[in-house]
Amino acid sequence: MAEPLLQTRDLSMHFGGVKAVNDVNFTLAQGELRCLIGPNGAGKSTFFKMLTGQLEPTRGEVLFRGNDISHAHAHTIARMGIGIKTQVPSVFDGLSVRENIWLAASRLNSRERARRLVDEMLARIGLTQAADRIVGQLAHGQRQWVELGLVLATDPELILLDEPAAGMTHEEVQKTAELVREINRTKALIVVEHDMQFIRMIAKQVTVFNRGSILVEDSVENILRNPLVRDIYLGKQAAA
Amino acid sequence: MDLVALLAIQVLYAIASLALISVGLAIIFGMMRVINLAHGEFLMLGGYAAIVATSHGISIWLSMLVVAPIVVGIIGVVVERTIIRFLYGRMIDTMLATWGLSLLLVGLTTAIFGNTTVGISAPLGSIQIGAYRTSAYTLFVIAVAVVTLGAIFAVMRWTRLGLIARGTMQNANMAAALGVNPPRVYAVTFGVGAALSGLAGAVLAPVSGVFPTIGVAYVAKSFITVIGGGAAILSGTVSASALFGAINQIATFVTTPVFGEVALLAAAIVLIRLLPQGITGRFFRRGL
Amino acid sequence: MSARHLNLLGLALVGIIGLAVMWLTPRFAELDTVLDLTVYMIMAILALSLALIWGYGGILCFGQSAFFGLGAYTYAIAMFNMGESTVPLLLAIVLPAAFAALLGYFMFYGRISDVYLGVITLTVTLILFNSVNSTAGPEFHIGAARLGGFNGIPGIPPLNWPFNKTAPIDLEGMFYLSTGALLLTYFGLRLLLASQFGRIIVGIRENERRAELLGYDPRAYKLATFTIGGALAGFAGCLFANWGNFVSPTIFGLAQSAQIIIWVIVGGRGTLIGPVIGCIGIQWLSAALGANQPSGSSDFWSKIFANAPLILGVILIAFVLLVPKGLVPTLGDLGQMLLNGRRERKQRGLAPQQAE
Repeated sequence: MAEPLLQTRDLSMHFGGVKAVNDVNFTLAQGELRCLIGPNGAGKSTFFKMLTGQLEPTRGEVLFRGNDISHAHAHTIARMGIGIKTQVPSVFDGLSVRENIWLAASRLNSRERARRLVDEMLARIGLTQAADRIVGQLAHGQRQWVELGLVLATDPELILLDEPAAGMTHEEVQKTAELVREINRTKALIVVEHDMQFIRMIAKQVTVFNRGSILVEDSVENILRNPLVRDIYLGKQAAA
Repeated sequence: MDLVALLAIQVLYAIASLALISVGLAIIFGMMRVINLAHGEFLMLGGYAAIVATSHGISIWLSMLVVAPIVVGIIGVVVERTIIRFLYGRMIDTMLATWGLSLLLVGLTTAIFGNTTVGISAPLGSIQIGAYRTSAYTLFVIAVAVVTLGAIFAVMRWTRLGLIARGTMQNANMAAALGVNPPRVYAVTFGVGAALSGLAGAVLAPVSGVFPTIGVAYVAKSFITVIGGGAAILSGTVSASALFGAINQIATFVTTPVFGEVALLAAAIVLIRLLPQGITGRFFRRGL
Repeated sequence: MSARHLNLLGLALVGIIGLAVMWLTPRFAELDTVLDLTVYMIMAILALSLALIWGYGGILCFGQSAFFGLGAYTYAIAMFNMGESTVPLLLAIVLPAAFAALLGYFMFYGRISDVYLGVITLTVTLILFNSVNSTAGPEFHIGAARLGGFNGIPGIPPLNWPFNKTAPIDLEGMFYLSTGALLLTYFGLRLLLASQFGRIIVGIRENERRAELLGYDPRAYKLATFTIGGALAGFAGCLFANWGNFVSPTIFGLAQSAQIIIWVIVGGRGTLIGPVIGCIGIQWLSAALGANQPSGSSDFWSKIFANAPLILGVILIAFVLLVPKGLVPTLGDLGQMLLNGRRERKQRGLAPQQAE
């Protein structure tokens, strides 16, 4: 079997006495699409922050293509090829949509190519019409698209998506799922999501987080049937 | 041996005066996260208040310890009500506005008192330490610093006001949760911080004299003391004053006063580089 | 593409007005006016240095006068030792830039927050002021140059044509040089800001974390911006030392630092032309009110009006409270509102970030 794209060993993040993430051993194959689910506070976002260098792990290591990146700076990790769309859209609010995407595209491309790439990306995320609008004034859903465009424009090998479907209409969710499947043709993805319909649309393998650790890892079908998962997560959702 | 005793007194004095000139700023910063760039001018106003009061026949002790803090405290409340309160949550704008206030106060005092140094002679003569003489006033300044810090500790530890203050330091919404009117807490805090600055300015006036731009001489030292100390008001001020005061005085003793200041700055920059949250951001985090 | 045309039109307008002022002033104005305008131009370069690092880079530097003063002192000291101005001029740019780089390294790589950054830069300035102020004795000299403490350094030799010490630049020449330098600085910065580097520093100002997650190292970009700002301020300082043939520690003073901040605030953060206008306007106002002359009159009100700190203080407070965006962006907003009729659409792609 080929070397995994991403691997964590005993990865832990403790805040004072709180074990936000504890001894997580996680493996992602090249080109894989994996969903992470789990109740709020299960440690998914903290896990993402450690993978992208926004938090330095208390213990353990993160290997990306075999290189230990657990103590690397965020910008170094980005340059190695991990991109992230955060939970609350993190974009350049004072700049236009075009300027946003351009900032991402121009790191790797010449001026001319960057400009072309920006136009392509605008079409891909469906914001060609809004290209010159200031991002801070767009609706939440559109800002999510802008952020996705930013991430894609840096052409990463692995993309982390933190709740890409949150706050979207049913139509938008379907469009997002389509895009995610399309992205997965060339790139690996880890997607954190609560929307089970969305997960069913995109995923094969699902990892369930609970209280900072991996509870279980299985196919979507088995996960949906797993009584343990239903208890900690789905049961709670059904009740709500 | 006498020299050691003398040096010890000098170091203590450096620490005490640093703590004294910084604690008003520290209270405003710790409670409100406002950096008051007009802090030096509050000290200057304290000096003028004491001098004017003395020249009107009020006893020098009363002028320094009562009149100056009250006058500057009132000025502080007025400033909070007319400028600062419009800028909560806009930390950088607050710094800019208080900088404007600093210039305004320098301009006003220059227009009123002229651009000359006014002095009051230090009371209390001098004392003999072996072969050396030193001013007894030095010991008085140390005593004022100790009493002031002790009083702040007592208020913080044992009164309702102190409870509110500690709550606000931990969590800004706490004051509201305690059923206190936050604008009033802020106005009082700013007033108290200003009053303490007025006290410090008055107590140090006999040592340095007073002139409109004297704030500049104090302000850099008090900023780095507060920032070096971090968010906890008392332990921050005391620990940073002890560190910087000692470094300043020892470097001054070994070389010149100018180099003493440079050493103090260098120490501060290194400290902030190592501990961006200040001493209390790292140690004594639960302190007052 | 009308925004682009508007942009080019603005650039052309600045160029034409600049060249016109440069061409016409020495021909039609009194020497006094030429001298006054020279110092306005020099200060405008200083204003641009802060416009870059604060207005675009989002770096809150309260001590821009440190680099300005360092440039002036470096030039003076080097000039007394060398007698030929080419190397002193270069030193007056390189040394402040190196100092900015060193200070910037400590601040940005130490990940010091905005507010602390302001206080540290201010403190550094004050310490420089105090240090230089106390070097009055004859024992304080660097080579042939006495530092002079609070008395300053008088009689600084003027700039000469490069490598030709027999051809000093006269007062009129200084006017051409300063105005030309201002125009070059302005257009140079416009180019810089239009480049990838310029867009990235604006991106970092807008959202540092996002820039980082896209693979840009904010520390390096801020350091570079800060260093460029230091070099420009040092250059302005060198010109200033030439203008009066004199430097004194007040050049490092709090009042000088405050002025630079005020020019930028009044003119507007996130623009270049704003700080230039703010700088020239405020200096003109100060001169008109006689603020920089020692007040001879004893009348209280004349003391108030001829009082530079007081007027500057009131202006600063008023702008922070009432016109926080500054004149040019506010006027731009108003113009846009008129253009758009009542359509609700705030514009300004490069609006400065809201202070936290």
